[in-house]
Amino acid sequence: MSQTQKSVIAGIVKKYNKARHRLMDIARDVQAQYGCISDESAKTIADELGIPFVEVIDMVSFYYFLSREQKGKSVIRLSDSVVDRMSGNREVAKAFEKAAGIPFGGTTADGAITLEYTSDIGMCDQAPAALVNGMVMTKLCPEDVPRIVDGLKKGKPPGEKAKDGVRPDARVDLNLIQPGEVIFSPVERGAAVRAMANLSPEEVIDTVTKSGLRGRGGAGFPTGMKWSFCRKAKGEQHYVICNADEGEPGTFKDRVVLTEVPDLLFAGMTIAGYAIGAAEGVLYLRGEYGYLLSYLEQVLARRRHLGLLGENIAGKEGFDFDIRIQMGAGAYVCGEESSLIESLEGKRGAPRDRPPYPVTKGYMNQPSAVNNVETLCCVARILEKGADWFKAIGTKDSTGTKLLSVSGDCKRPGVYEVEFGLLVDELLDLVGADDAQAVQIGGPSGSCIAPKDFGRKICFEDLPTGGSVIVFGKNRDMLEIVREFTEFFIEESCGWCAPCRVGTTLLKLMLEKVIEGRGTKADLADLENIGETIKAMSRCGLGQTAANPVLTTLKNMPEIYRARLKAEEFVPPFQIDKALADGIAIAGREPVWEEEL
Amino acid sequence: MAKPKVATTHMAGCFGCHMSLLDIDERLVQLIELVDFDKSPIDDIKRFTGPVDVGIIEGGCSSQENYEVLKMFRKHCKVLVAVGECALTGGIPAMRNTVPLKECMEEAYLKGPSVVDGVIPNDPDIPLMLDKVYPVHEVVKIDYFIPGCPPPADAFWQVLTALLAGKEPVITYEALKYD
Repeated sequence: MSQTQKSVIAGIVKKYNKARHRLMDIARDVQAQYGCISDESAKTIADELGIPFVEVIDMVSFYYFLSREQKGKSVIRLSDSVVDRMSGNREVAKAFEKAAGIPFGGTTADGAITLEYTSDIGMCDQAPAALVNGMVMTKLCPEDVPRIVDGLKKGKPPGEKAKDGVRPDARVDLNLIQPGEVIFSPVERGAAVRAMANLSPEEVIDTVTKSGLRGRGGAGFPTGMKWSFCRKAKGEQHYVICNADEGEPGTFKDRVVLTEVPDLLFAGMTIAGYAIGAAEGVLYLRGEYGYLLSYLEQVLARRRHLGLLGENIAGKEGFDFDIRIQMGAGAYVCGEESSLIESLEGKRGAPRDRPPYPVTKGYMNQPSAVNNVETLCCVARILEKGADWFKAIGTKDSTGTKLLSVSGDCKRPGVYEVEFGLLVDELLDLVGADDAQAVQIGGPSGSCIAPKDFGRKICFEDLPTGGSVIVFGKNRDMLEIVREFTEFFIEESCGWCAPCRVGTTLLKLMLEKVIEGRGTKADLADLENIGETIKAMSRCGLGQTAANPVLTTLKNMPEIYRARLKAEEFVPPFQIDKALADGIAIAGREPVWEEEL
Repeated sequence: MAKPKVATTHMAGCFGCHMSLLDIDERLVQLIELVDFDKSPIDDIKRFTGPVDVGIIEGGCSSQENYEVLKMFRKHCKVLVAVGECALTGGIPAMRNTVPLKECMEEAYLKGPSVVDGVIPNDPDIPLMLDKVYPVHEVVKIDYFIPGCPPPADAFWQVLTALLAGKEPVITYEALKYD
């Protein structure tokens, strides 16, 4: 490695104050400069930070968007979620393979283009989508491909520059179909923070508690209680962390919030900081939303300029608070709060053992409140309009509205802000889904429900959801969908604990057996057994929900499995013809069987 | 009354499970009084002589011959017991499962550091290799499993005596080992 490269890397490390916990940023910058984080670069980073080389490699090798090997000058990452596949992404893939002359997973000989698949990139309402050098491209069709590939070969950046120069220059439709009164009503900048300044931190927590606000990520933990625990926890620093790593397939509500009402979110983070006694907030932005970064930085700068961030916020003497944005690098598990914190500290996103919970020992081992984007937006509104106003919306145990990201087989995919308590049937009418045979509520980690349950309510008491709603029309092969969801968990499992790492693959193999028409009743019992084991024995939320596609369809639509079963008591997964094919080819002779088997 | 019959076989494994079976020591005499051995490496009977009550399988399924033996055991034995890590999961031999068969053969017979003028053996009598080493329950229905590498002699004893007495076998905590 050249001396220049060494000093450039040393400069990058220095830019982040040689802070170990900024390793993710350092690695991202090095990759942006040199195309990858080579072992030599990693060694330099390690030396500069004074940490072992393997710690750098450990982190770098974990994330999809970080690479140890040189990839093509342009990297095309085609989103490969279930909805992308339903929208024909495989035809687009074929077109890319044809235009670039390489299969997916490969790089062209001249080093110009790399083709890869990636998990859901938050564009299911405009699938099939891809990230081209980090730039989002949506509604792709095979005809678009030659032009894109041609342009990249000639060194032309993809996408068109947005006209107003403020909005991100990606080809992304907003698709905010139904705004509601909490999140997407007009924002008066500063109103919420000024309302906060009239209250003591305890009063802020009381207000949030009274509003009945529950976490919008899906689990529904009462926000006021979380803050009160966090405020009481002793530490040198307290931190506010906003989880904008929405990786659940089929969810894209945060994308719309961050585009339309980022001020509301930053107000919510500021209020959280005031309530728990934090001076620093971090927005963990998923790597896929990198196109939003400069826009969000502008919004933050404007808030600083207006005195809504920085020192003595809103004239409140002694309340100093600022926000930094941490980019992720492509890892679904980082949506789990303890993995997210690990990632924030510049490590691989492996979940932590809990307890201790983040409210006592979170980021940098200090008390931290980790909240969803939507939750923090609700907080800002509650401060602005009052707990009673908020409580009057929704149901008794699910107050307020919920953002739903709707995609799949419906006429109007996009984001809907609905009052909690909405029936699934009503939602289906709203989005124009006439022939749904099933609806995935809460993404693959949620539950798949059949028409007999379409009378159920979307709320914490009945059908809780982080917001992803995927509609499956009557012609979809549901078992194939279950298989694809299971594959997703196999990809995204961090591999730490065996039930999740091994169990998810076992589920897939057994599903494939059933799909091929070789399954038996005993296989269904095994599927359920293994599913329950994964659920009960896994360490974090990913594993605990990884079997849900299988378990909820077994429960809600058993007929899709039963229709393909064989009557025999035992059908082995093993198939002698397949198993012997290689052996026959190598030996160049057919097997001779000793006797009739 | 004729004594119940037991058959055993060894496939892709190390024979350690059979050694552990022999480790029941003086209880062997008792066992011989209880049962007759049919096809087994212990008495070197190559072919089944008739129906068998309990078949014991050591090792994973790695070749055409292993497959044939497994099918034969299932055909002739009322109850099949898979014993040991290799039969249950593929074990050490299954380490080759991550490498394509062709590469495995080439490494062993052509490219290995100690190979001189190597050739991949291909006598018609040599059974064809399977692409992977499979746990036996993926190939035929298995009724009972004794884990361990090898399972302790007591585990063999407990399962065999229970089966021969027509009882459901239970391995005591002390004898239930996974390593």
